[in-house]
Amino acid sequence: MGLFDNLIFGFEVAFSLQNLLYCLIGVTVGTLIGVLPGIGPLGTIAMLMPITYSVSPVSALIMLAGIYYGAQYGGSTTAILVNLPGETSAVVTCIDGYQMARQGRAGPALAIAALGSFFAGTVGTLLIAVAGPPLAEIALKFASAEYFSLMLMGLVAAAVLAQGDMVKSLAMVVMGLLFGIVGTDVNTGVQRFSFGVPELSDGIGFIVVAVGVFAVGEIISNLGDKEQRRVFTAKVSNLLPTRDDIKHSIGPILRGTAIGSFFGVLPGTGPAIASFASYMVEKKLAADPSRFGNGAIEGVAAPESANNADAQCKFIPMLTLGLPASGVMALMLGAMQIQGIQPGPQVMTQRPELFWGLIASMWIGNLMLVVLNLPMIGLWVKLLQVPYRLLFPAIMAFSAIGIFSVNNSSFEIYLTAAFGVFGFICVKLGFPMAPLLLGFVLGPMMEENLRRAMLMAGGDPSVFVRRPLSLVFIIATALILLIMVLPAVRQRRAEIAD
Amino acid sequence: MKPSVLENKDFWAGAFLIAVGATAMFIARRYTFGSSLRMGPGYFPSILGALLILFGLYFLVVSRLRDEKIEGSWSLRALIVLPLSLVLFGVLIDRAGFIPAMLALIVCSATASTEFKLIEVLLFAVFLTALAVAVFVWGLGLPYPLIADFQ
Repeated sequence: MGLFDNLIFGFEVAFSLQNLLYCLIGVTVGTLIGVLPGIGPLGTIAMLMPITYSVSPVSALIMLAGIYYGAQYGGSTTAILVNLPGETSAVVTCIDGYQMARQGRAGPALAIAALGSFFAGTVGTLLIAVAGPPLAEIALKFASAEYFSLMLMGLVAAAVLAQGDMVKSLAMVVMGLLFGIVGTDVNTGVQRFSFGVPELSDGIGFIVVAVGVFAVGEIISNLGDKEQRRVFTAKVSNLLPTRDDIKHSIGPILRGTAIGSFFGVLPGTGPAIASFASYMVEKKLAADPSRFGNGAIEGVAAPESANNADAQCKFIPMLTLGLPASGVMALMLGAMQIQGIQPGPQVMTQRPELFWGLIASMWIGNLMLVVLNLPMIGLWVKLLQVPYRLLFPAIMAFSAIGIFSVNNSSFEIYLTAAFGVFGFICVKLGFPMAPLLLGFVLGPMMEENLRRAMLMAGGDPSVFVRRPLSLVFIIATALILLIMVLPAVRQRRAEIAD
Repeated sequence: MKPSVLENKDFWAGAFLIAVGATAMFIARRYTFGSSLRMGPGYFPSILGALLILFGLYFLVVSRLRDEKIEGSWSLRALIVLPLSLVLFGVLIDRAGFIPAMLALIVCSATASTEFKLIEVLLFAVFLTALAVAVFVWGLGLPYPLIADFQ
C-alpha cells in the first residue's frame, strides 16, 4: 500500500459523519479554551477524556486531538486582538500581531495566522504520513533493552529541553515514575504503595493525576494571582490581506513550518520554543529588522506556522514509538490505553483506521478551523468577557463529573483533591508538571522493560550498551545531558527563558 | 540582610524531594528487592526513591548558593476551599444524589474567589447543574440518581 492509498483510507475513516462531528466538537472546544486564559489544552483534555469512553477509540482521539490544535488557533486570536496569549504558544505572536491590530490591520494578521497555521498543519500531516511507517518498521524490531533506552532518552530529553529548571524537571520525571508504579506489581502480584486501599490496587488513575494537577492545582494558583484582563480594543474590519502581505508572508510561513517540524519531533520542546526560534530567524533574515515589534506581518506568519507544525509533529513519536513528547501527548497516550489500545509501533498495523483516520482528521480539522473561525472571531472575543470567578467553578464541576464517571468512585474524587494540592505545592516550589505526567505514563512500561531486559540478559546490565540501537539511545541521552551542563548553553537557556 | 532559609524556594524543593524519596524507600523496604537478574517488586521503587533523595540533596546545596524566594501568595483560601468542595461533592453524590452534589460543588468552590457574589453564583449554579443534568444524565445516560431516595 502506497502513501496515497493509506491517506485515502484515512480520509474515508475521517469523513464518516460521526468522526466529522467529533472533529468539529474538538476544534470548537479547542478554540474556546484557547481563547480563554486560565484553562489550557492539558486541563481540558484531561477533563473531557472520561466522556469519550462511550465512543469508539478513533472518534475519541480525533476529538481530543482537535482540542489540542484548536487551542493553538484560539490562542493566537486573542494574542492578536487583545495582546493576551490564550496559550503559551502564542506569546511571540503578541509582539507583532497586536501592533498590527493597533494599526487597524487585525484582519490581515488573523488571516495570515490562520493560513500559515493551515499550511503548516498540512505539511505536518504529510510528514506524519511519510515518516510514520518507516519509523514504526524500525521500532517493531525493538526488544526490551531498546525500549528501555528509548524511554530513558525520551524522558531525559523532555525534561532537559523543556522550559524551566532542568534538574527540577528531571526530579519530577522520577516522581512521576514513582507514582506510576503504585498498585499491583504485574510480575509478583505484590501490592505496592497502596496502603491497604482497595481502590489503589489498580494503580492511581491517569485522569485523577491529570485533572488534579492541571485543572484543580492550576485553579488554586490562578486564584492566588490577581485577576488581570485587558479590555478589548482592536476592531476587525477587513480580513483580506493585501498582495504585499501575502508576498511578505510566503517565506516566513515556509521557514516557520520547517523550524516547527524540526522542533516538533524533539521531545520536551513546547510550541513556544519553536515559535520563538522562527521569530528570531525572520528577524535575522529581514532587510530591515527594526520593523519587527512594530507590526511586521512576518512576525505573525512565522511563529504561527511554527507552533502549528510543532503541534502536529509531536504526534510522530507518540503514534509510531508510543513515546509521548509532551504533556498533551502523554494524555493522548493515556487515552489510548484507557480505550484498551497498547501504544507502540504495532498500532499502525493492527489499528490502521486509528492511525490514518487520526492523521486525516487533523487535516480536516485544520481546514474547519480556517473556515469556521475567521467569521466567528467576534463571538470568540465576546467569550473573553466571561469572568474567571464563574469560569473556574464550571471547570471544577466538569472535572468532578468526569472523574466520577470513570469508576463511580468517590475515592478518586478525594484523590483528585489531594493531587490538586500536590500540584499547587510543586508549582510554588518551581517544579514543572508536564514531566511528572510523562514519567507517570511511562513508569510501568519502563519498569517492565527494564526487568525483562535484565532477565533476558542474565542480569548483565551491559545489555543496554551491547545492543547497537540501544547504545545509540544511551549515547544520545548522555550527549543531551552533557550539552545541557555546558555553561554556555545554560546561559543561553536562561536568556531564552526570560 | 540574608533572607531566612524558610523563604528559600530551593530549600523547600529539596526538603520536599527528600521527604517523598525517603518515604518511598521506607515503604519499599517491605517489598522483596531481588537481584538485578530477577528484580523484585522493591527494586525499581527503591532506586527511584534514592534518586529523589539525591535530587533533594542537590537542591539543599543549591539553596546555600542562590536566594530564590517563593513567589506570589499561597492563596490559602483557594487551597483550602477547592479540595474541600471536591470532598463535599464526593460525599454528597453517594448519599444525596447528583443535583445536590453539583450545586454544593459549584457554590462552595466559587467562594474560593475574592470576587464571590452570592446571587450571581446561585443563579449560575442552577444553570450549570441543569445543563449538566441534560448533557450527562439525560444525554450521555450516566446512571446517577438525580436526588437520592431517603426511604
